[in-house]
Formats: sequence, structure tokens, C-alpha cells
Amino acid sequence: MEENNTIIELINVTKTFDGMDAVSDFSLKIKKGEFVTLLGPSGCGKSTTLRMIAGFDTPTSGQILLEGEDITKLPPYKRPINTVFQRYALFPHLDVYDNVAFGLKFKKVPDVKIKRNGTKKEIMRHLTRKEIDDKVARALRMVDLDELEDRDISTLSGGQQQRVAIARAIVNEPSILLLDEPLGALDLKMRKDMQIELKEMHKKIGITFIYVTHDQEEALTMSDTIVVMNNGAIQQVGNPIDIYNEPNNAFVANFIGESNIYNATMVGKLKVRFLNHVFDCVDDFPLNEKVDVVIRPEDVDLKKASKEEIENFKNKKKDGPLIGYISSRLFKGIHYQYVINIGKNELIVQDTKEFKTDEYIKIEIDPELIHIMNKDLTSNVFYDAWIDKQNRLVISDMTFSCDVKQLLPGSSIDEEGYLIDSKTGKKYDLKDADVIAEIGLNDIEMSDSHEDCDVTGEIISLIYKGDHYQALIRTEEEEEFIVDTPYDWNEGDIVGISIPEDKIKLTLKGDISKYEA
Amino acid sequence: MVKKIFAQIYIWLILLFMYIPILVLIAFSFTTSVNVGVWTGFSFDLYPALFQDGEIMAALGNTLIIAFISSAVSVLLGTTGAIGAFYSKKRAMRALDSVNQIPVVNAEIVMALSLTVMFVFVGSYIFRGANLFSFWTLLIGHVVLSAPFVYLSIKPKLQQMDPNLYEAALDLGATPRSALYRVTLPQILPGILSGFLLAFTLSLDDFIITTFTRGPGLLNGQGTIETLSTLVQAKIKKGPIPPEMRALTTIIFLVVLLLVVGVTLYRYFHKDKKHSRRRMAR
Repeated sequence: MEENNTIIELINVTKTFDGMDAVSDFSLKIKKGEFVTLLGPSGCGKSTTLRMIAGFDTPTSGQILLEGEDITKLPPYKRPINTVFQRYALFPHLDVYDNVAFGLKFKKVPDVKIKRNGTKKEIMRHLTRKEIDDKVARALRMVDLDELEDRDISTLSGGQQQRVAIARAIVNEPSILLLDEPLGALDLKMRKDMQIELKEMHKKIGITFIYVTHDQEEALTMSDTIVVMNNGAIQQVGNPIDIYNEPNNAFVANFIGESNIYNATMVGKLKVRFLNHVFDCVDDFPLNEKVDVVIRPEDVDLKKASKEEIENFKNKKKDGPLIGYISSRLFKGIHYQYVINIGKNELIVQDTKEFKTDEYIKIEIDPELIHIMNKDLTSNVFYDAWIDKQNRLVISDMTFSCDVKQLLPGSSIDEEGYLIDSKTGKKYDLKDADVIAEIGLNDIEMSDSHEDCDVTGEIISLIYKGDHYQALIRTEEEEEFIVDTPYDWNEGDIVGISIPEDKIKLTLKGDISKYEA
Repeated sequence: MVKKIFAQIYIWLILLFMYIPILVLIAFSFTTSVNVGVWTGFSFDLYPALFQDGEIMAALGNTLIIAFISSAVSVLLGTTGAIGAFYSKKRAMRALDSVNQIPVVNAEIVMALSLTVMFVFVGSYIFRGANLFSFWTLLIGHVVLSAPFVYLSIKPKLQQMDPNLYEAALDLGATPRSALYRVTLPQILPGILSGFLLAFTLSLDDFIITTFTRGPGLLNGQGTIETLSTLVQAKIKKGPIPPEMRALTTIIFLVVLLLVVGVTLYRYFHKDKKHSRRRMAR
């Protein structure tokens, strides 16, 4: 039964450009009538995936099946799939009517022709003028543009052009409609209106929508299914509620909604330690397992702390409740947003209750709302990193030299420290840019010397992994680094660690256009 | 204030220097004196005389035929070349761009001479001593002259074009061929038109390549093809410029003027008219 329900299936699709995988081993089934969103940061491969479905790019390997038929190598003009392009791509030399009618002029429909001798013959014929006229009128009515059919494209507003682009695609009655960040060029208000309209249109015409966006809110609002992508690979597939509440990994948690993500360790049965505090939790993970913990800002309870509790905390008594220091407060309409400092860590909290800043506060988190995820132990990932004035990477008070040119392929750095796009000549000021930093386990160098290194830290644990040791190093800043080393160190050693500039992989949060100087 | 006056004077002086010679020429096309500068009374005589002068008419005919054919061929080559280059790999495109640039910046005499040498060489070695010089060599010469300019006027139009347009056409069911005809070509049409006009004017008043590559043919029959420029050159070698040429150049100037004014007016009025078009058609 399920077979019949699948409209398009991608099987192990990989696309390689110049030796780099833009999309790797992508497998996905999409049901008929579904609204599926491919979500991810720019450069994650979502547009390439869409282009392969449309037929503009051919997969390097893998298969694309449309209703069970292999269309991997079929050219775009033979696919019953239509696209709404990012910048609309309307034909400027044609008016609204001719733009919408464009596809219909190529369409052929089966018909029966009666020959002179009375026998019937099945033929394929083009649509008549009347048929085209009716279909165009219906499509334009659907997008509320029936009054504007004779207008030149250049005289339309952004929103109207958007509607023409949609009408031009749906008039062909495709089995799948692809939308490539179609709302990206609209202003905020228009975008919200179009989100609702698109969703309604999807319900009304009932065809499958595959939507590409980097806007998580858009994805959560509109989709039946969200496919979160990063680095060309699927991170998680699920409905918006699952994606938000049960993120698979730290990337998804970080990308969808606001979240506090911490490195944590399982310290007992249903007990997890992070923020220097042991919490009860409901997810069962093996003892001493390194995990990631996600706390949504709205899931934290703030309570007034008693004098005694604050004293206990200051005297580093371990068994008391978690106490933090409110360092800032922002009024956000329905709630306040607090930044709470706990040791060297920050916790973002959204709460409707009002508390004063510069005061200690008691923090409680319902065990149900502590979401624990498997840690991806292939690299050290820091989600709260940023870039300072000297284009260095900052991870909670530690600075490292890094190569910011990787944030924009083919860029260079001028004398003033601006990042220059060599193609467009645009300048970017990366000061205070939020980034995700990734450092491989093998790429961190440990040494006895505390002089020629970036930071020092204590070896918390050392696990023998067959042919090498895996050391967990906690720095004074309470960040943890996992390092693969061939040498036998001792737990409790204070070591210096340094990271070569070219081994730090950076990913920008949000689009680079935000930082244009 | 003073600045403004100077700016005004400056622009009027430039316009004066550009158009005074033409105005003088037009004025002198209405007098029959053989020597320019001597006014022998107003008359229209030069105009009928022009149309009766077989030599000039033949040269005019030759010039127009060559201009039309060579610019048509140049447009074909330049357009296909530009589209081909645009859709090639980046490196190939850059190479084609530079190769195209060479004849544009190169001195015309170099090209004229090299064409001559090549035609003689090909004629004597491949066609066993035949004399190749004819209308065809002339045509090749003019195409070589103007095709790079056509390429140059179309290339920017392609670069300005939204790269998704072609894909959008394919997406809507157009085959690559019909996408080219229905989307790409209309988009670069202004470039094609200006390329054609450029090629036409280049061919119209070309002298160097024409003298080097022409042979017998066209309206001159067995004789060497004369175009307007070569004819004038031949005439002044022997004596004064034939007075009828003044009438001819006046006519050419007026035709061009009419064309330019016409195009401007058309663009001006066309904007408003366009909208009500289909309602009536349907």
C-alpha cells in the first residue's frame, strides 16, 4: 500500500562538484500531497537536491524515482515537475498572461481524431487557444491576479511577481511543485502573508510541494515534514513538532529554534551532569557517556533563591539547587528574555515572570524537558563560538587563530581585516559573527609546555581505544576538548593544547549577507 | 552661475564642431560648383544628376549589398559565438573573449594585409594559381572585421540575463531549442540589433579591407567592385570630389537621422500602447 503513496523517491543520491560532495548519500521518500521542506544553512546542499529533482543537475550517483519510474537522467522539460525560482525568473519580454501561458504551449494532451472513413485514431495534440485561455484565467484567479493579465512584468511589485511565478508553475498541473526559497526576496510582512497563502494553496490544489528554505520558522509554520540538512547530508526527517521537541543531534537543536546546548556526561542512572550540576533526566544513557543536552529557553523555571541557598552556592557546596546570576534582561512582548551566567556558561531563559538583573536566581528544569542526544564523537563542535575584531575564533573566553576565508569560497582578507568576495567585490565585517566551530579529534595538539600553546586544561579522563588514547580535557573556562593522542598521559595532568589554524572548520550561523560592510 | 554658463558654452561648442561640417555639406549639396567653397547659386541639380550617375549608383548598390550580407553573416556568427561562449566552461569562455578581443584592438591594416596574403597563398597553392579575389573574399574581409563587434555587443546582454530564465523555460516544458528561440533570443535581441547596426556601419564606410580584398563582381560585372569609399578615393586621385557625392552623403545623413528620430519616438510612444494590445487581439 505504501508503495502507491510515494510520489518521489531519492535513493542514495550523491552530487559531486569539483571533487566536493554537495549532496552525499541522500535518501528520502516523499508521499503524494505532502508539504516537505528542505531546511538548512546556506551551502548545505538543499538547493542542489532541488535542482536534481527538477532535472537541472544530474546526480553523480544514485537514483531518483518518480512514481516508481527512474527519472534520474530525464531532462527537465520531460518531467511533470515545475519550479518556482528564488528570484522568480519571469520572462521580462512577455506580459503576465504570456508568462503563465508559456508552459501550456508545449503541453500535449491525448485526443481522439475521427478520420474521413469514420475510424477513430488516438493522437496527441496541443491545447487549443480556448483551453489555454481557460487554464490561464483559472490559475491567475487562484493567485488573485486576474485583473493584471496584460501588465508588463517590470510594472509588478515583488509580491505580484511572486504570484505570477506560482501561477506559471501550477497552471501546468505538475505532480510536484518545487519552491526554491520563494519568499526570500519579500519583506517580512509580505512573507508572513504569503506563507499562509501558500499553505492554503497547497491544501486547495493538493499537489506535492517541495520547499527549500534556510528560515526555520518558515519551515515550522508551513511543512508537514521537515528535512534538516547540513554539509550535504540529512540530519533529521520528521514533522515540525518532533523536530523541535526531539532533535536528533546538536546541529538540529541549534538550527531549529533557540536553544541552550551543553556538553554533558551521564553520571548515574538517569542522572546527567552539565553546568557543573547534576540533573535528573528521563533519557537512559550508559554511565559516563558523553552526551549533548538541549534546554529550550522556555523550558527553564526561574525561582527566587533564599539567602542560604546563595551562600551555599558561593561556598561551592555541591548538593544545593543550581544558582545563576542574571546578567541581562530583555522585554520581548509576551515574555522576558534573560541571560543567566552560571560559572563561565550562559543560559538563555524565556520567562513571563519579572526578575531584577544583577541578582542571583534559582534555576529548575523539569527532567522531562531535558533533551539528551547522542554526541557525535567524530569532532569537537562548539555552537556558541564567535569571531573577534582580529578575525580570531573565540570559544568562551579562549581565542584561537583561524582562517575566516573558508566562510566564503574564493574570498580574501584586506589590510583592514575585511573579508572580500573576489567575485562580487563585496566587503564583509565578521566582527562578532556567530559561528559553529568544528575541530577534529586528531587535529588538537597536546604538550607539556604551558607556554607555546593556545590554552591549558586538565585531563579529566583518558580512555584507551586500542591503538590510541582518547583524552577529555577540561579548560579553566569549563569547555571540554576531546583529543586523540598516541601518548599515554595521566588523568589530572595539566596540559597545553594548541589547534593549527587550518584545522578549525567554521560554519556561519545565518547568511553571510548579514555581515556586509 | 559662471560655472553654469561655461558648462553651456562647452556643450554647445562641442555640438557645433560635430555638426557644422555636416550642415555645410548639406548647404553645398544645393549648389552645382565643382569646387567646394564656391557658391554658384541655389539649385537642386545635383540630386537628379546623382541618380543619373551610373558609377555612383553602382558603388552605392555594391556598398549596400555588401553591408547587408556581411552584417547578416556577422550577426549569425557573432550571436552563435556569444551564446556558445557564454554557456561554455569559465576557462573556455575567457579564452574566447580574449581571442575575440584581438581583431577589435588590432590595426585594420594588419588584418587587411594578412587577409590578402592568405588569399594569395590559398589561391596559388590550393587552387593552383587561381585568382581568388572576388565578392566572396570581400565578404569574408567584412565579416572578419565586424563579427567580433557583434560578439561584443551581445555578450553583456547574456551576462545581464537572469541565469534562471533559460532553466525556467526548460522547466516549463520547452526543449533546449525552443527555450533558445523563445527566451534567450528575445532577451538578447537589443544586443543583436545594435550588433547588426554596428556591423552595417562598419561595412558601409570601410576602405582599407575593401581595397585589399575586393575583386571583380557584383554591379561592376567583370570590373573590380567599387564601393562608395573606394570610388571617392579613385575620383580624388584624378581631380576634385564629384559634386554629386555631396548630394549622396546628404541623403545618407538624412536617412540615418530619420532612423534615429523614428526609433526614439517609437520607444517613447510604445511604452503606453503595449497594454491594450491583447484585449483587442482576443
